Amino acid sequence: MNDVGNGPKVVFEIGPIQVTETVVMGWLIIVAVTILCLWLTHGMKKIPEKKRQVVAEMFVKFVNGMVRENMGPSMMKFAPYIGTLLVYAVLGALISMIGLRSMTADINVTATWALMTFALITYYKFKNNGPIGYLKSFAQPVAFILPLNIISEIATPASMAFRLFGNVAGGMVITGLLYGALGSLSSALGLSFEVGSFGFNVFQVGIPAVLSVYFDLFSGCIQAYIFSMLTMVNVGAANE
Amino acid sequence: MEKAFVLGCSAVGAGLAMIAGIGPGIGEGYAVGKTIEAIARQPEAKGDCTRTMFIGVAMAESTGIYAFVVALILLFANPFIGKL
Repeated sequence: MNDVGNGPKVVFEIGPIQVTETVVMGWLIIVAVTILCLWLTHGMKKIPEKKRQVVAEMFVKFVNGMVRENMGPSMMKFAPYIGTLLVYAVLGALISMIGLRSMTADINVTATWALMTFALITYYKFKNNGPIGYLKSFAQPVAFILPLNIISEIATPASMAFRLFGNVAGGMVITGLLYGALGSLSSALGLSFEVGSFGFNVFQVGIPAVLSVYFDLFSGCIQAYIFSMLTMVNVGAANE
Repeated sequence: MEKAFVLGCSAVGAGLAMIAGIGPGIGEGYAVGKTIEAIARQPEAKGDCTRTMFIGVAMAESTGIYAFVVALILLFANPFIGKL
């Protein structure tokens, strides 16, 4: 109960660098995705014989279609980046299903991804308009709107970072609070038992799982999809 | 005593901040309702409508999320305790 709402714990330290749970989860996901990719694409044939190749082709087709629709055929080189972002964000949220801490429930992770999107947006605006044109675009259509344009430029990555972080962290906090409340409720009604050294509360069975399906499974997938979608839309719009 | 006052006021502030949840609720309701109207009129455009709706709903949700982040900060990482 007392660890609800706390930041990620420091697992170990390398000199002055503190390695938190988030980084450990991130590397776990990287290893898992690498193994999954090697397994899915192992022994591919031109005409698929195995189910795993069909699954891999379906995913690649899904990402390619999404990028083609939202960014145009000239930006197809972004498909691997968007696919990586999607897989990493989905697994980062879903890792809480097996009792570990969500990777995206840390503002540092989402802020990093949002900054990457911001860098891409700025790069394409610079490339298409030139340095003078880029600076001029802030004073469009009239000069006194300059502060508003600067705010909206910063608001894009900030809102993306806070949206993903807020959803995942909020789900974690609400699930944790409910879990604690159900424990107190069952001990108040005399429905908690001690089996050896293992405490067991009647109301804690099953009920938090329903909430977890919404907050971890549904919200995690939707928000990851929306994050990659917003990246595509914003970068695509910057290149027009 | 001072600390208790600040903590209590922070809890009240967190509760007040979450009133912002009304806005996204109404907005998302409108968005979903209009999407259903559009799908009912033109069922073949269901995929496009749903996808656009999800993006719009996520956009509308962000104000609620900001309020939620403020509430979380007030509850779990209170900045005013350090200023006592």
